[in-house]
Amino acid sequence: MVRARVIPCLLLRGHGLVKTRKFKDPVYVGDPVNAVRIFSEKEVDELVILDIDASREGREPNYDLVAEIAGECFMPVAYGGGIKTLDQARKLIRCGIEKVVINSASIESTGFIRTIADVFGSQAVVGSIDARRALLGGHRVFIKSGLVDTKLKPEDHAVALEQAGVGEIFLNSIDCDGQMEGYDIELIKKVSAKVNVPVVACGGAGTLDHMRRAMSESGASAVAAGSMFVFHGKHRAVLINYPTGTEI
Amino acid sequence: MIAIVDYAIGNLAAVANMFNRLGVACEITSDIERIRRAEKIVLPGNGAFDACMQGLRATGLIPLLEERVLHEKTPLLGICVGAQMLGHGSEEGAEPGLGWIDMQAKRLPALLDLRIPHMGWCHVKRSAPAHSLVQGMDEDARFYFVHSYYLATAHAEDVLLTATYGIDFAAAVGQNNIVGVQFHPEKSHSFGKQLLGQFARFS
Repeated sequence: MVRARVIPCLLLRGHGLVKTRKFKDPVYVGDPVNAVRIFSEKEVDELVILDIDASREGREPNYDLVAEIAGECFMPVAYGGGIKTLDQARKLIRCGIEKVVINSASIESTGFIRTIADVFGSQAVVGSIDARRALLGGHRVFIKSGLVDTKLKPEDHAVALEQAGVGEIFLNSIDCDGQMEGYDIELIKKVSAKVNVPVVACGGAGTLDHMRRAMSESGASAVAAGSMFVFHGKHRAVLINYPTGTEI
Repeated sequence: MIAIVDYAIGNLAAVANMFNRLGVACEITSDIERIRRAEKIVLPGNGAFDACMQGLRATGLIPLLEERVLHEKTPLLGICVGAQMLGHGSEEGAEPGLGWIDMQAKRLPALLDLRIPHMGWCHVKRSAPAHSLVQGMDEDARFYFVHSYYLATAHAEDVLLTATYGIDFAAAVGQNNIVGVQFHPEKSHSFGKQLLGQFARFS
């Protein structure tokens, strides 16, 4: 039996972890190194860590923090935020992470994705897409943490990323982010039908049932979530949690 | 001391990190003297097969590794592409492998709706429970895999663990002091820690 990966997705802002809703209103949820240590003890399948300010502010990844986080991870960890060059990817991998997540920079050129994949292998490169529902139907790709509309369709951009050499697609729904009411099944279905690499669905998970639905109805290969793993109860009290192996 | 062979490929820090947690002395190195003196050797590998073989050859370490592993019988663990390099070669590339174990890396078949690369956690079955690498392994042990090619061995007795992804394939292979794992024990929580601990106790 193939076991689906269930992946906490953590958002970095400065030195803290935050959680957003629809990519807005970041709420502080704790210290990243502490949180990662707890997730590691809970033996999570994998972690995705995204610096949500790096691209917007046009700055480099915080390598020291990434190395500190990676030192706590006895599972695969992917990092995204502000990556534009092979040299940055090399530094990050040397910090101890397995995968670099490329988002905003993939719009201008996919050439450097190929370069990174040639050096470190496709498995080390994740193509990330932030998508929002368009007013007149369909979806569009946004970059810079949801601020800039690229006018591209996510399914087309996913194909371009796959051709450029990414080993998987991390697909985030801006509309569903932090809502905990379920994934955007239509979006995931559309994208996973177009590519052969694994698609990781993110945005909207509130229950394990939402995750099962994303797997069975949309063709996602893995599921990621933020709020579900850091909040507890209707008042969104911060509590790091993770399902045990048999639950999904 | 365990020498983790550094040929500028892959996430070596993660392997060292796990040995450090185990309290086992290790060193990431491409230094001839250190590898000559190491009690055990880890050969990591990531990315493309040819790039890994070329990278390893460029260090000039292959004759020393042959001396240490084939003649002195120093325990060696290959990880992921490092395990594939123990065979004769790979369908992924044209470079010859080390040829220490009679096997070839073959492309995972595109079956059903299974996506390639195979990326994720997988339970394993022990097929050679007597081998010390897999002794005492938890029945529920699962490991993190990320690969598009698998180890196809010529002799069934060289297979220590099997896993399934569309087909059954060798998750771990071994011949006495030479062992290889297709998965990443350094990224497989307590299960990987247990396995690397077994390797560290190898004698």
